[in-house]
Amino acid sequence: MNSHNLADALILYGQPFASRMLLGTSRYPSLHALEASLTAARPAMVTVALRRQLAANGDAQVGFFETLKRHGVPLLPNTAGCHTVDEVITTAHMAREVFETDWLKLELIGDDYTLQPDPIGLIEAADKLIRAGFKVLPYCTEDLVVGRRLLDVGCEALMPWGAPIGTGKGVVNPYGLRTLRERLPDVPLIVDAGLGVPSHACQVMEWGYDGVLLNTAVSQANLPEVMARAFASAVEAGRAAYLAGPMLERDSAEASTPVVGVPFWHQADVTHEPGAAA
Amino acid sequence: MDIRINNHPFSIVDDAKLVDALNAFGAKPPFAVALNGDFVPRAEHGSRALTSGDRIDVVRPVAGG
Repeated sequence: MNSHNLADALILYGQPFASRMLLGTSRYPSLHALEASLTAARPAMVTVALRRQLAANGDAQVGFFETLKRHGVPLLPNTAGCHTVDEVITTAHMAREVFETDWLKLELIGDDYTLQPDPIGLIEAADKLIRAGFKVLPYCTEDLVVGRRLLDVGCEALMPWGAPIGTGKGVVNPYGLRTLRERLPDVPLIVDAGLGVPSHACQVMEWGYDGVLLNTAVSQANLPEVMARAFASAVEAGRAAYLAGPMLERDSAEASTPVVGVPFWHQADVTHEPGAAA
Repeated sequence: MDIRINNHPFSIVDDAKLVDALNAFGAKPPFAVALNGDFVPRAEHGSRALTSGDRIDVVRPVAGG
């Protein structure tokens, strides 16, 4: 199945995307590794950020941005590092001006250790950003009620975490994510954060999730380009499996080979009288 | 007057506009600016006046997750 066929496009805010994989651009060993990973994965969007200009690295960052522009991949600016609604709003407006896009990955951190989102501020920030015309993709948890509140203020997709950012743990709350999927069947859901290996991505796609966003799992792999390609294949496989309609899981075994005609299988004669010799 | 740019102290003439501070700082396009925590659109850089103690953030694109 070609994941880059718009016939099964990921639809976000009415825009189709051929790929169901979004990729972060951070923590790669080199610009070349990033570029090779982008080519291998062909992601729908890549995440970017804004940070204070430091005189020493000004030219390096221009190279990074020029590389992305040359690839022509859609950009998804984030508000990483923001701890208040005001910081998010200011960062969002700055991002829109620099990156010339309304797309925004909304991050509002509530804890510096777990980097989990502040659910209360997240809803307030999403409300203000949606009113300001941003296409908001909120990084959230698997909390169903918070998800509903984000949708109520106008978000058209959610990005629940699989695990804390950068941990590579995969999905730490399968029940929560599956419940979210079941309770919000018509909402584009993208698992963002915490994925570590392609099987994690494949698993959530099999559950019916619409996409994944990952960064560290690729950038910190020994061979980022190879891992990027592996993740792209896993997303494609998981999506295909979901669309194929997997078999139902059973508790008891059921032979897949017919039992009729098994050779060497001796059966009692049904006409034999009890107690008589066989 | 004394201001701060990217959390560093900076000295500039009393009637300077935001664009003057950005030029003196050496802001490199593409960049965006916040003044005292509020976004200032590019179109207003030339007209926004500064006052002593102002905090300017000049940000540029970087990699992100």
